Amino acid sequence: MFDHGEVPALALSPVVDPAVDSRSARIEALETVHELQARIDALQRTRLDTRLMPTHEAIADLLPGGGLREGAVYALSPSSALVMALLVGPSQAGSWCAVIGMPEFGVEAAEGMGIDLDRLVLVPHPGDAWLTVAAAIADAVGVVVVRPGRAASDAAVAKLAGRLRERGATLLVLGPWPQAEAMISVTESRWAGLGEGHGLLSEREVTLTVTTKQGGRPRSGRLLLPDAELGIRRLDRGAAADRARDRWQGVETATVRRVG
Amino acid sequence: MQRTLVLWLPDWPVTAAVREGLAPAGAALAVISANRVIACSAAARAEGVRAGQRRREAQSLCPALQIVPFDEGRDHRLFAPLIDIVEGLVAGVQVVRPGLIALAARGPARYYGGEKAAALALRGALAPEADDVRIGIADGPFAAELAARTAATTAAEQGLRIVPAAASGPFLAPFSVSTLGDPGLATLLGRLGVRTLGDFAALPAAAVRERFGAAGAHRHALAGAADATPIVPRTPPPDLERVLELEPPLDRVDQVAFAVRQLADELVEALTARLLVATAIRIVVRDEHGIESDRAWLHPRSFRASEIVDRVRWQLSGETRTMGARSDADRGPGLRAAVTRVRIAPESVDDLAHHEPGLWGGPPDERVHHALSRVQSMLGHEAVLTPRRTGGRTLADRALLVPWGDRAAGTRPLERPWPGALPQPAPSTVFPTRHPVSVVDGEGAAIGIDERMRLSAAPAAFAPGAGGAARPIRSWAGPWPLDEQWWSIRRRRLHRLQVVDAAGVAWLLVLEGGSWWAEARYD
Repeated sequence: MFDHGEVPALALSPVVDPAVDSRSARIEALETVHELQARIDALQRTRLDTRLMPTHEAIADLLPGGGLREGAVYALSPSSALVMALLVGPSQAGSWCAVIGMPEFGVEAAEGMGIDLDRLVLVPHPGDAWLTVAAAIADAVGVVVVRPGRAASDAAVAKLAGRLRERGATLLVLGPWPQAEAMISVTESRWAGLGEGHGLLSEREVTLTVTTKQGGRPRSGRLLLPDAELGIRRLDRGAAADRARDRWQGVETATVRRVG
Repeated sequence: MQRTLVLWLPDWPVTAAVREGLAPAGAALAVISANRVIACSAAARAEGVRAGQRRREAQSLCPALQIVPFDEGRDHRLFAPLIDIVEGLVAGVQVVRPGLIALAARGPARYYGGEKAAALALRGALAPEADDVRIGIADGPFAAELAARTAATTAAEQGLRIVPAAASGPFLAPFSVSTLGDPGLATLLGRLGVRTLGDFAALPAAAVRERFGAAGAHRHALAGAADATPIVPRTPPPDLERVLELEPPLDRVDQVAFAVRQLADELVEALTARLLVATAIRIVVRDEHGIESDRAWLHPRSFRASEIVDRVRWQLSGETRTMGARSDADRGPGLRAAVTRVRIAPESVDDLAHHEPGLWGGPPDERVHHALSRVQSMLGHEAVLTPRRTGGRTLADRALLVPWGDRAAGTRPLERPWPGALPQPAPSTVFPTRHPVSVVDGEGAAIGIDERMRLSAAPAAFAPGAGGAARPIRSWAGPWPLDEQWWSIRRRRLHRLQVVDAAGVAWLLVLEGGSWWAEARYD
């Protein structure tokens, strides 16, 4: 059944020159297997109700499932701009957002990026109670950002995960997190606009890398965060769109075959 | 005709201003509203100041005149204790305005055995609070007020004037028509040759009604001592305030919170019985040294009993525990002084119907509020914040964090241009306390700024002041000076620099008072 499904996966990877040694061919094969495994996971989902949060379209397709999932946890590299970029979508769609344990969260930048301050709540100093606070707020708030304080026990983490699933809230954690749906990190950053003693910061080009919990090849994309209009713009949009279309076709074929 | 007793305290706005501490007693003082004198003190009156004069006119007559703006709230507030005293003696009191009370004279006269005895009893009760009280008793409020105003303060009359029953007509007759309080009518009657109330009352009632309408007919009845204006007794406002005296005084927060619990329940029940809810409350806590802590608490919806108890707890804990998690020590932190008295009063109330939850639960925001309130009761009132944007030049000025449930106070307007503020994009990380750094040039020498606001050398690297790896500077711009409020003690002079380090992260460095700080990061 995979013979049809394989085609888009191969299209994803660079064209393999038969002259290249068998080692790189093996790596390619491994990646193909991962891709397929991910697709099987996506098709044979254990939960029925994995709804997506409205996510900014520049980031959405980098994430597994095509957006922030309700009830899931994402681990982020420490970057306030990344946090804001992920909050913009849900906030503009009417969700409440809470930021816990980040006293340095730049309110003006958040507003500039498009986060609705009327539906933003800050708990800058939760102290050791950060997990309790996060759980209490996740009861009512759509997206919760937390910077963990003291390490939490596995039981408490599992309990929080259960509550998130039940309430359909999304948790964004600054730092590593067991059972995170994906790890989103800023791997490269380049500011434009400044010279040697002149100019003004104008826009920044970043590379976002997303590693999923299933493993597999990390997905990455280049973005302007922020661009000259304080928005978020995808730079490698053309390639990403092609890839997304290929994948979509692949899933379709696979589904048809499964049904048939 | 209803026998009426009118109690008048002359120049009440002046008395209120003096009692509020706005002016010393005995000074030449005028209370001004809309540039006209409303009331003046005896000292000012001796200089020729009169009610109704322009402010300039009054000041030219009495150069030492002190001016106090008219405040109706102040007059009412300070008059309320006097009303309580009068209501303690007699029923059915009408407050015409602060300083003027009307009441039916028949009841007190029978109780005290005569109108004069009743008047003396009232004045005696008010004596500790007010030394100059004039009382007039006549048929109807109009005649009684005139009697009070004309009561002589001689030893014989003692500010008391009683017009016998059915003698009010002759009593009123010599007064000018201007006492009717209708300047238009008074002018017209003056032109018609009708100068006194007696002349006016002598006109046939039907003719007056025909010529002057219903309002004129009413004035005609007043002038003829046929005043049928009933006395409308005030309804004492419901006493929703709750006071808890603690004997013996309690010195632990949790003990006080426990004791207040019942009080809060009572308050909420009393409000509910009147179909009201409190949206703001005032809590006054007095300790055994007599020091009062007084604070108003707002609520985005309406207070429930447990939330009132929370507010008491937060107020007692004060600023010591507002930030950071609740520790075990919170079970019984010692207060600075034991609490002897807690007073809770609703400051603003709203109709209960506006706050009823819907049949299928409240809106989603209600859930948010409950969750955040829970966190607040865990961590303290100031631990849960909502951000507001405000205008300003420095980063700290441009955002304001308001505790959940409170109203933003003192916001600077956002739409002003604020020259000197940093242009967008704003830094995504603003350090709550800025970090000291050292900025050096290529040779490792510290960088300063000269009087022409130029850097002494191009910055090559910066390092945390606490010691740490130096970050090489790839590109930079600035310095941009900011000199704020140079006229005041809050003057700030600083220079700002945007730099990008080797990792591609941009920083905002600030030079203030000779040292460099990292104020924000563009990450």
